[in-house]
Amino acid sequence: MLSYDIVIVGGGPAGLAAAVAAREAGTESILILERDHELGGILNQCIHNGFGLHTFKEELTGPEYAYRFMEQVFEKKIEYKLNTMVMDISADRVVTAMNKKDGMFEIQAGAVVLAMGCRERPRGALNIPGYRPAGIFSAGTAQRLVNIEGYMPGREVVILGSGDIGLIMARRMTLEGAKVKVVAELLPFSGGLKRNIVQCLDDFGIPLKLSHTVVDIEGKERVSAVTIAEVGPDMKPIPGTEERYTCDTLLLSCGLIPENELSKSAGVELSPVTSGPVVNESLETSIPGVFACGNVLHVHDLVDFVSEEAKKAGENASKYVQKTLASSDKESIKLVATEGARYTVPVTINTDRMDDLLTVRFRVGAVFQDSYVSVYFDDERIMHLKKRIMAPGEMEQVILQKKKLAEYPDLKTITIKIEKE
Amino acid sequence: MTYDCIIIGAGVSGSATARELSKYDLNVCVLEKGEDVCSGTSKANSAIVHAGFDAAEGSLMAKLNVEGNEMMGQLAEDLDIPFKRNGSLVVCIHEEEKGGLQDLYDRGIANGVKDMRILDKKELHEMEPNLSDQCCAALYAPTGGIICPFMLNIAMAENAAMNGVDFFFNTEAETLKRDEEGIWHIRTNNGEYKTKYVVNAAGIYSDVFHNMVADKKIHITPRRGDYCLLDKEMGGFVSKTIFPQPTKLGKGVLVSPTIHGNLIVGPTAIDIEDKEATATTAAGINDLIAKGGMYVDNLPIARKVITSFAGLRAHEDAHEFVIGEVKEAPGFIDCAGIESPGLTSSPAIGKMVAGIVCDLAKPEKKANWNGKRKGILNPSEMSVEERNELIKKEPAYGQIICRCESISEGEILDAMRRPLGARSLDGVKRRTRAGMGRCQAGFCSPRVMEIINRELGIPTEKITKSGGKSVIAPERTKAGKGGEA
Repeated sequence: MLSYDIVIVGGGPAGLAAAVAAREAGTESILILERDHELGGILNQCIHNGFGLHTFKEELTGPEYAYRFMEQVFEKKIEYKLNTMVMDISADRVVTAMNKKDGMFEIQAGAVVLAMGCRERPRGALNIPGYRPAGIFSAGTAQRLVNIEGYMPGREVVILGSGDIGLIMARRMTLEGAKVKVVAELLPFSGGLKRNIVQCLDDFGIPLKLSHTVVDIEGKERVSAVTIAEVGPDMKPIPGTEERYTCDTLLLSCGLIPENELSKSAGVELSPVTSGPVVNESLETSIPGVFACGNVLHVHDLVDFVSEEAKKAGENASKYVQKTLASSDKESIKLVATEGARYTVPVTINTDRMDDLLTVRFRVGAVFQDSYVSVYFDDERIMHLKKRIMAPGEMEQVILQKKKLAEYPDLKTITIKIEKE
Repeated sequence: MTYDCIIIGAGVSGSATARELSKYDLNVCVLEKGEDVCSGTSKANSAIVHAGFDAAEGSLMAKLNVEGNEMMGQLAEDLDIPFKRNGSLVVCIHEEEKGGLQDLYDRGIANGVKDMRILDKKELHEMEPNLSDQCCAALYAPTGGIICPFMLNIAMAENAAMNGVDFFFNTEAETLKRDEEGIWHIRTNNGEYKTKYVVNAAGIYSDVFHNMVADKKIHITPRRGDYCLLDKEMGGFVSKTIFPQPTKLGKGVLVSPTIHGNLIVGPTAIDIEDKEATATTAAGINDLIAKGGMYVDNLPIARKVITSFAGLRAHEDAHEFVIGEVKEAPGFIDCAGIESPGLTSSPAIGKMVAGIVCDLAKPEKKANWNGKRKGILNPSEMSVEERNELIKKEPAYGQIICRCESISEGEILDAMRRPLGARSLDGVKRRTRAGMGRCQAGFCSPRVMEIINRELGIPTEKITKSGGKSVIAPERTKAGKGGEA
């Protein structure tokens, strides 16, 4: 059986950053397994700019951003296999993979970094009634057709969902000469970044209809019309509010789901909120030596944060195989998200194993204006940060100091909540 | 050329008949208006092999159901398709309705269904621990089974084609009449076809053709059934096919594992006019979510749906299969009103219809008929050694294209290269399952399109979802055309 110190499942932004960081942390034997025919993952089809403002202090396109990391992988001569699908990961970190050249093969990994990314929620999962003709695409599939394959999915477009890919595709289709008639969003707020709403919809005069959903799809062979309607507070369509749009294309941008089928088969514990693994301060899952980062852990809106998170996962995987990741019997502190905060990554902190600073990322469940992010150490409020606006589409974070935690040796629970005052 | 027999429709009934007729020295062809076999009612149903206790005693439905069920095991083996007798349960939720189970049992006995038993509450819950507490008794029929309707239909048609039957797709029969010499002339959008015998296996349209030639008219109501298909994660939620007690409108909403490991919930039963109206409705889906949850506890239907679809049952007013030669139209043989249990009955229907044709035509048996067909390989069932052997010989089996269902390029190529091979995304999907998983072809459709383009030479902008005008990506982008992006 092949054997590597670290096997990284996925060669997208998370996998690449994890690999580079693990090598820099001193681990020689690293293998990246990538299912596509090139490294870079979904960034390859994200040809718009806006990537890298945090990481590189400049605006890059997706492929450029990915290439910054690929260059480092090439320079450091980190091994990778393309067109290689991981078929199984076992609890004792045996990775089974397959490609044309090697057939099906097993690798014993010292540590595994899960970096498989996420998938889009399809039409079927949204329970949208109507016909099932050609012309219904998830936004990412349409993005691939346009940006990689060079084909137009259609000319007259309705978009359901205001996730970032949907917003980006509204602009992209418009630039390609298509008419984007409307973007409908089920929720009373957009799930996308504010800057994307401005730059991709407002600048092109594309209407965004909040609290609207698709109630009918017409067309037996190809989409011919889509009807949207307003929804009430119960998310059910309000009769009489229907608006019919003739169109040939319906794009769906209704949420991303971390792809954790492999994690599940390995026995990794998953969070029902994020659908990603439950991780500790080291980004280690419930299986020792199996780490997770990027969109497989929780869906990000900025790739810069993916890289940052993946760097930590790579460093910790490296420490794990070098046996320098402190072992500790100390009871972990539990992180709880409540009252407006939906989840936290990580979920537990062992102070013996944490760095001087630990970034805790979370999302809010609704739009909050002039509110506070509050952090409680057990019952005591420790942090109280005013935010002008918080929205589910933009990830939030707080930074915990090891020094500060040391002042609370009996601390059991850290609670993050959103407070009005 | 004049055919000995022309079958209108390449659904399960038409394909089963074609396969049976291919045993004989006859020139047979099948006219199909869709771009592929299994394009109508046969593609959207419960995917169940019914035991046979539902249909009225003495009816043709009852007879062919039980016969079809008995034939299915051998047929699945010959055609190399998956089939499992997982058993079915008709579940009673009201103490006072337990008598209904006995009636079903008695009917089953009269119909010739074997090995049925009535289970008490304890035995029932031991068998199916996820049933809700109100389920107090059930009729258990171990001969009930699950099958893939696409694979059954495709395999029967493929085997017929291997044995010399011609299939013409995108060929819609429009009118037909019999000339003085007794030859039938079928006008289609692709010219005229001539034949001595016609089999009307036109599914939801079978009344149209019947009524063109018969004095006694029939009437088919499209009875729409919505279904929800759930993620494979839920596939083990129940092991048997769970039916409620039947009503006048049918067998009710069932919850069943599928042969491929998903869980299916459906159908509704809504009578409509439009023979093409396969749109699902919000009301239909909501109805399934409510009814599917009545017999099983904590089934998260709404959250675990990966796709919903609707099929149209060809419901004849008399609720009976209409099979036989129309007296006033010699040589015109009906195979009409084939609704549930049509899929189950199809092997027996094919045999019966072919029998009628043979009684008239009196053909010789072919000496070299081959009733066996090799299915598309399923590498996921192979050992690692077998799989590596295969990849060494055919590297395409090492390249996964559909990640959700783990379907390789090798399987997709096979689906295109065999008789009556796939030419569209749905054609590939129904033969291989590529695109049938939880991402519903989001990731693999551009890659399958690339393979279709490469293998069949169909320009990418002409590739369809399912033939006709169902083009996926009709034109190039600016950069794709060679211009500035």
